[in-house]
Amino acid sequence: MTLAKLNDTNRFLIFAAIILLMPIWMIPLGGAYPDLLQKFAIYGIFAIGFNILFGLTGYLSFGHAAFLGVGSYAAVWSFKLFTMNAIPAIIFGVLFAGLLAFIIGFLSLRRTGIYFSILTLAFAQMSYNLAYSVLTPITNGETGLQLSQQDPRIIDSMFVEAGAGLPSTNLFGLKMSGFEGFYFCAVMLILCYYISMRIFRSPFGLMLRGIKSNQNRMMYTGLNTRPYMLTAFVISGMYAGLAGSLLAVTDPLAGAERMQWTASGEVVLMTILGGVGTLAGPMLGAGLIKYFENIFSAFNNQTLTEIFSFLPDAAVEVVVPIVGLFVGSGWHLTLGLLFVVIVIFLPGGIVEGMSRLAGLFRRKDQENMNGTASPQDQPGE
Amino acid sequence: MMSDLVLHLDNIQKNFGGLAALSDVNLHVEEGTTHAIIGPNGAGKSTLLNVCIGRLKPDAGKVTFDGQELTGRAPHEIAQIGVARVFQTPEIFPEMSLLENVMLPAFSKRDGSFAFNAHNMLSKQNEIRDEAEHILEDVGLQEMMMQEAGSLSRGDKRRLELGMCLILRPRLLLLDEPTAGMSRHDTNRTIDLLKKIKSRGMTKVIIEHDMHVVFSLADKVSVLARGAIIAGGKPEEVREDQRVKEAYLGGAH
Ligand SMILES: Nc1ncnc2c1ncn2[C@@H]1O[C@H](COP(=O)(O)OP(=O)(O)OP(=O)(O)O)[C@@H](O)[C@H]1O
Ligand SMILES: [Mg+2]
Repeated sequence: MTLAKLNDTNRFLIFAAIILLMPIWMIPLGGAYPDLLQKFAIYGIFAIGFNILFGLTGYLSFGHAAFLGVGSYAAVWSFKLFTMNAIPAIIFGVLFAGLLAFIIGFLSLRRTGIYFSILTLAFAQMSYNLAYSVLTPITNGETGLQLSQQDPRIIDSMFVEAGAGLPSTNLFGLKMSGFEGFYFCAVMLILCYYISMRIFRSPFGLMLRGIKSNQNRMMYTGLNTRPYMLTAFVISGMYAGLAGSLLAVTDPLAGAERMQWTASGEVVLMTILGGVGTLAGPMLGAGLIKYFENIFSAFNNQTLTEIFSFLPDAAVEVVVPIVGLFVGSGWHLTLGLLFVVIVIFLPGGIVEGMSRLAGLFRRKDQENMNGTASPQDQPGE
Repeated sequence: MMSDLVLHLDNIQKNFGGLAALSDVNLHVEEGTTHAIIGPNGAGKSTLLNVCIGRLKPDAGKVTFDGQELTGRAPHEIAQIGVARVFQTPEIFPEMSLLENVMLPAFSKRDGSFAFNAHNMLSKQNEIRDEAEHILEDVGLQEMMMQEAGSLSRGDKRRLELGMCLILRPRLLLLDEPTAGMSRHDTNRTIDLLKKIKSRGMTKVIIEHDMHVVFSLADKVSVLARGAIIAGGKPEEVREDQRVKEAYLGGAH
């Protein structure tokens, strides 16, 4: 059984199982702690949403971090004004991100190609700078938006007395930190995957692919591309808003750095790394980058010395400094190299790599018909 | 046969820099007929069609179809009015299957101005799928239905594009050298197909270099040379016209 032959329902079930079991199979990889697992799920949502725009229409937005940031701010304001419950927070996050996406999309979609990308980048940087300057009353500037004892929390205060410390985010009483927080994000991720799958398989998805393939032809068959592009843009902005609000749900503060262009670039990397236009690729890319960022960056020369302790001492002294360049604060270098290798040799990203591997196994299978070979069809992270 | 004129091109003027690609072109086409435009390379034939579908804005003059002015409208609006075009270099979706290539225009026609259709499933759109398969059969490509369109030969791409236009059920079909790059056999099949459509009452404007195609299909012929119509009439009249012979022998470059 290979991935390519699976139908959508089975793919979806496998995806859901892999995500839900992440706390188990991440143990040997050293990534099974809630903080990181939450990031996997949240950035997975961000990348899957980004791919609805970039993967289907080919329009490359360099400003999606703006929607992530707005989602976070809206969620924290929902905590401050109304309730610590996560549901209103994510609803506000998605709505406000959708609204901003509508405005930015409406203006940016007047251009295509590189001009579109530059416009989105400009609007996102504008949002970032506004958050630091004029909008300080809303964003709390450099300090970032935080909860405080004085917050009204209208809805919560109707039901319970305010406690002594700062309240924590919850889902109808269930705390939204730790593994509970992860599972909340994971369920959202699975839902988002499902919606994205439906979009890919709908006439809407086909039209978007048509726009990517030959926008002229689409126009001359009677399609008004503008509202369709805008819809795709807003949907992917809403995904980013959801991701942003989930960041706030698992850790209730919001800062403007979340809107910076580096964050917009990161989601582009995730999508390309995993596989543009594929269903699961962006999730893979997001997982890989967050894994690198958190695990590789934590390696120092001491951990390396331990890892290479099987080598003779003289060799260790040579190997550790060299490998050391690529881990710790050098993890960006590794990621950069990996990115270059993938873009050059596997333009379809990790997903293409996996399907090529599967093809290789299949051919080998046919060669030795004894059937003893059992290819590992573990579609791992 | 007395039928009404549906397509009017009045005093069309188009300049590219100093070059007058079209100068004061007038053309009137009767409903349900096939009107051929012939002329040497660079005469402005494709430019004339570009003006009709909104790809180019004329510097002067106007195009009306069935009482509606086309000049100044966006390409998708013109398409929604019922004008479809087969381009000189095939405009298809190379990464998609032939079936998807033909289904897509049907969705454009149905939801073109905008309808939220992200919650429907493609696999449930049986009507459009059946229609697309039918059309592929008409243009003789049904066996290759699941193949990628980019891998087709030039002639097959043209037939595919014809299919993509036919599923739109246009009222006016503009064909820019629809048989270029086709074998004699495929050319004859395309002629038969276009004759069949003719009996359905669609108006057609066809640009052709192949006189065999012109004489098999056209009710009227106009000759374009250096941006101006120099002759017009029934095919057999035009064939004998002295100016036409000169344009083809002397004017071509
Ligand atoms: N977009 C454009 N910009 C500048 N010049 C153009 C453009 N399109 C066409 N031309 C010029 O206008 C003239 C007419 O071109 P057109 O493509 O209409 O000729 P045609 O009759 O279709 O020729 P062919 O038989 O080779 O297709 C040519 O000289 C061409 O170079
Ligand atoms: Mg031409």
